[in-house]
Parts: sequence; C-alpha cells; structure tokens
Amino acid sequence: MVAFLAYTVLPLVWLVINASKTQADLFDSFGLWFSDSFALFTNIGDTLSYNDGIFVRWILNTLLYVVVGAGGATLLSALAGYGLAKFRFPGRSAVFAIVLGAVAVPGTALAVPTFLMFSKMDLTNTPWAVIIPSLISPFGLYLMWTYAVEAVPNEILEAARVDGAGELRTFFTISIRLLAPGIVTVLLFTTVATWNNYFLPLIMLSDPDWYPLTVGLNQWNAQAQSAGSQPIFNLVLTGSLLSIIPIVAAFLVLQRQWQSGLSAGSVKA
Amino acid sequence: MSRKFRNPLTRLVVVTGAVLALGSLAACGGGSSSGSDEGTVAGTQADLDAALTKGGEITYWSWTPSAKDQVDAFQKAYPKVKVKLVNAGTNTDQYTKLTNAINAGSGAPDVAQIEYYAVPQYALSDSLLDLNTYGMNELESSYTASTWGSVSVDGKLYGLPQDSGPMAMFYNKKVFTEAGVTKAPTTWDEYIDAAKKIHAKNPKNYITADSGDGGFTSSMIWQAGGHPFNVDGNTLNVNFDDEGTKKFTTMWNQLHTAGLLSDTPGWTDEWFRGLTDGSIASLITGAWMPGNLEANAAGASGDWAVAPIPTYDGATAVTAENGGSAQSVIKQSKNPALAAAFVRWLNHDPASIEIFLKSGGFPSTTAELGDPAFTDTKSKYFGGQEVNKVLAAAASTVAPNWNYLPIQAYAFTIFGDTAGKESYTKNGDINAGLAKWKAAIDTYAKQQGFTVK
Repeated sequence: MVAFLAYTVLPLVWLVINASKTQADLFDSFGLWFSDSFALFTNIGDTLSYNDGIFVRWILNTLLYVVVGAGGATLLSALAGYGLAKFRFPGRSAVFAIVLGAVAVPGTALAVPTFLMFSKMDLTNTPWAVIIPSLISPFGLYLMWTYAVEAVPNEILEAARVDGAGELRTFFTISIRLLAPGIVTVLLFTTVATWNNYFLPLIMLSDPDWYPLTVGLNQWNAQAQSAGSQPIFNLVLTGSLLSIIPIVAAFLVLQRQWQSGLSAGSVKA
Repeated sequence: MSRKFRNPLTRLVVVTGAVLALGSLAACGGGSSSGSDEGTVAGTQADLDAALTKGGEITYWSWTPSAKDQVDAFQKAYPKVKVKLVNAGTNTDQYTKLTNAINAGSGAPDVAQIEYYAVPQYALSDSLLDLNTYGMNELESSYTASTWGSVSVDGKLYGLPQDSGPMAMFYNKKVFTEAGVTKAPTTWDEYIDAAKKIHAKNPKNYITADSGDGGFTSSMIWQAGGHPFNVDGNTLNVNFDDEGTKKFTTMWNQLHTAGLLSDTPGWTDEWFRGLTDGSIASLITGAWMPGNLEANAAGASGDWAVAPIPTYDGATAVTAENGGSAQSVIKQSKNPALAAAFVRWLNHDPASIEIFLKSGGFPSTTAELGDPAFTDTKSKYFGGQEVNKVLAAAASTVAPNWNYLPIQAYAFTIFGDTAGKESYTKNGDINAGLAKWKAAIDTYAKQQGFTVK
C-alpha cells in the first residue's frame, strides 16, 4: 500500500513542487522540496504567454479534440451499442466479432496506415486527422452494448412501441436516461484517451498551431535540450501541471455517476 | 544539434520513427521511381538568383532556435518570397513526419533541417535534391571538410551544412584542481589518471557520465581512427574489430569496467544536476555545448573550462564530429530553385550566419571559424576563457573519411538494447556490447534488403 501510494502520489507531488521553481533552481535545489524562490505564478504567466501564447492555443485544440472527438465517440458508441443490444438483424454476429477483434488492436499500430489514408484524402495537418480516428471507439461500443442489454428492459421498449413512439424518439427520451451511467463511463474513458492521445497527433500534424497539449509539451521539452536554445523546463513542468487539472476536474465531477455505473448490472435484479 | 534522448516515451517514438523511415526506404528502393523526373532540374546559381527575384512561397521545417530570426531577415531581404517556418518537432520526431510525408507523396516541406547522421538515409531513398544541379559545388571551399563530407554522398550534394560539432573536452576546472589535477589532460592516459584521482577524492564525483550512447561511442571510435561503418552501394559492412575501434574500447574499458564512469543518462535533469554540482566533472562532446552549459548548469558558472579532446599519442591533435545538421531541399518541392536559393542564403550568406552565431550556434563555415571577432570572444561563463579559439581549432582537426550507415538512425535507437544491456548495465567489456550491436544492425540491414558483408 505504501509502495503503491509512493508510486502514484510521488510524481504528482514532485510535479507540484517543481512547477514552483525557476529554471535555475530546478537543477540547483533538492527535487522533493520547495526552493527559496516561489515562482509558480510567474511560471503560469510565462507558460500562458510564451511563444505568443501558443499554450492557450494548445489547450483550446485539446478541448476541441475532446469535445468533438470524445463526445462524438461516446454518442456513436451509445447509438451503435444500443442498436446491437436491442435489435436483431443479419450480420450481427459478424459485427460482434469485428468489434471484439478491434478492441485488441492498439491505436498506435493503426497510426501509420491511417496516416497514409488521410494523406490521400488531403486531411493530414488538419484537425480532422485527429478527430475522425478518435470518433471510433471499439471498447466504448462494446461497453455500451453489454450495458444496454441489462440497463434497458425490453418491456419498456415494447410499451413505448405500443404507445406509438418511433425508435429514435424512444432512444432519446427513454433509453438514453437508462443508459446514462454507461454513457458517462464511456465518456470518461474516451475523454482520457483523447486528452492523452500522443502518437496519432504527433504523426498527423506538422503545424504546431494544431497540436494538442501532449505533443506541444513534448516539443517544448525537446526544444529545451537543443544547442543554443533557451531551456524552458520550468514551463514544461508548469504546463504539465496545468494540463492535468481539467482531467482531474472531469473525474471529480463525473465520479459519482461513474461509480453507480460500475456497479449497475452486477447484482441480479 | 543532435541529442540522443533517453526517456522511454521519446524512445518509443524514435524507434517507431526509424522503423517507418526504413520501411519507406525499402519501399522506395523497390517500386516507386520517384527519381523519374530528376535531371529535368538543372541549372546554375544564376537560376537561384532569378528565383529569388521572382518570389514565391516555400515551407521550411526546423527546430533551430535561430530559425525564426533568420527567416525574418530573409524575407526582409527578398520581400517577394514568403517562407512558412514550421517547427515540426526535434530530430527524430521531425524525421518521422518527414518520412511519412515523403512516403505519402505529399505534405513534405520544401526545405528541412536534417542532422548529418540522418543525411545518408534520405539520400539513399532519393528524397533529397542534389544541389549540384544548381552549381552549388562551387561553395565547397566555404565549409570545413568534415561538414562538407557529411552532406556529400557519392558526388552528390544533399544540403548545405549549418552547424558543426567538433568534439572537445569541457571540464570542471574546480573539481579537477581540488582532486589534484592541475593541468588539463592531453592524453587519454592522463584522462584515466584524472578519473581515478577525482573519484578517489570524492566517491560521489565521476570524471564523466556514460550510460551507453551510440552517438557518443561512434564519435569516440571516429576520433580513435576507426572506420566501423562501411557502405558500398547496397552493401553494408559493420566492423568493430578494426584497429581504431579496438584502440577506443581498450582505453574506455579502463574507465568503464573499473566503475569510474557515472551511469546517469544524458539530458536528464539528474545529468544537468551533476553538471551543476560537479559530480559529473567533464564532457567529451560537440562544440555546441557551451550554450547548454550556460543555460542548464548556470550554478556552475566560472567553474568550467574547455580544452582540446585528449589524444592517444599526445602529439597530433585529432578529433571527431558529434552532432550538427544541414538544410536540405526535399525532392517533393514544387519550387526547387527557390528552395535551393533559400538554403544557399540560410547557410552561406553572412547576414544569416551572424544571426545563427548570435543564437549560440557553432558554425561550419571556414570564414567565421577563422574570424578573430568570433574566436577572440571571451566567455564569462568559462571564467573569461576564449572558448571559441579552442573549438575552432578543433574544427580543423577532425579525422577525415568518416561514414555513417544509411540506417544509422535506427542503429542508434537500438544501441541501448544491445550494447547498453550487454556492457553498460553490468560494467562489462564494451567489445562484447559492440558485437551484440553489430549482430542487431546486420539482421536489420538484411531485412531492409541490404547486402551485408
């Protein structure tokens, strides 16, 4: 337990402490305690304004990718998972096999073929190159599917149909509420995945104006290490700290929903 | 400006990038006749002047800190030309994108920064424009022989050198003196002796750090007169049994197996700490290092000094290059004349080079290296020493005829997993590690369709 705590908490503590140091103090003072200079606010200011405030642009990019990408992925997963769970149609078991197989393929392995494909469509170096691939979430689909089987009783659907509601209306007025905990879970997973996505944007984008935070921060880090350049490790650290705040906030806000989602369906009704 | 990164994330990217890069090499070697319209571009330097007057737009990928100011100055001088500067990542990150774009047939910049060790890789895959088609071979005398050699492959010119990295010895004079080493070591024997004294005086201090770095090891073999990487057309021969390599391993093993080297990986914050607090007391590295020391080991200002790299016989000065990059025109460019003209201005025009020097870069041009205004500059960080004098002298003593493999980028990424594991993690004989490295390079080269001898 102690080891586990040290492993998970120490890097965070280190990050918070070191984000408060100036560039010079980073290498001069003890790593796990504050130095004399408390530069956190200067660092935050510098991070947000360095290089014409490109960090802010990266935050906005990341938000765009998360809102459109993760949001879209969640919606698609919910629709498709629900459809697969509640309707019988030919080819259903083939879809099942493909989705299960797709869960096992790491995104990194698909990055290069995706790049070549997008390049043919002239979509590389545009936000679409990051958004479109993140719309597809086999894991989210699978999760919604299994969740919908349990969470939406067929009797309710039959009652709705008897009352004359169309399938879309049934979905958006009744089923979606029953699916909410599952949707939140998928939303959390896809949000984290999109927020942390590194490799795909790295190879898709060459223009820093479209970078998400992950790629941008790594560029700052690398830049600090090349000859004659101005080292900005303090900004890299502060930037890292700033970039985890939204994701922590998302977790705290959605946690309640998520917990109820995890236990749902685990006990026989 | 070549750095070998050692953090796992970058390493993943590096490896993947190299794999991509080489996958594409093989692909180009086989089917795509991307060079079919080659030869239609032929001209003289006058064509370049004409292109500058006519104007147009080009894209330039670079991570050099001076790039922005250089581009601004260029656009002021040639208002009709618009240069879109993009920092597409540092070294291997950029190569991944570049190789992808070349492979995909679109999206590559007109001009890209490419480190010397990676030039053969792009040259072999026929991705770069031969600048001799614009008569740029006339510029040869402006550059040091070693950097010119780095951009020339089989009589073709694949870029113009920007910076250079002749190796010298950067050492913490204070730590050396405290350990009783009052004179900078001039031979490797003296260096080993100093290493023992420094470690004996304070067990926390080491003369230098080497956790296993392919770039460093290669450069050291280069300095010792070795020629391990031999390329003849499509035939590769990696040989770590030649006299020069053995000279290096015999010498370095005395430090390495005796535990006289710190195993702190380079470019980590721990490493910078070591350079600041004196526990890493010297660096055998490229001439581009002063700026990094000033920026990242500011606390040790006044302690450091520069001396020529130690030699084996103590008589003839000889060194090697470490790092450095060139700017090349990518064949995909729709306006190759303008792109070539930009490269010529960037790495040949005094106005551009002045900006480059101001940013702390170390030049590859003989005029600047021989210019008293450059060599006589006293460095405050180095206690008032004229460091450029030492470094410029090093630039003229680089051992000639060095080769990199066309798969060098990949080779460097697997150094840690082969030689590093075999020798560096257990303080074993470096020769054993190099043998492992060779075996892995050979296997990979065969998979890429090279003949391995």
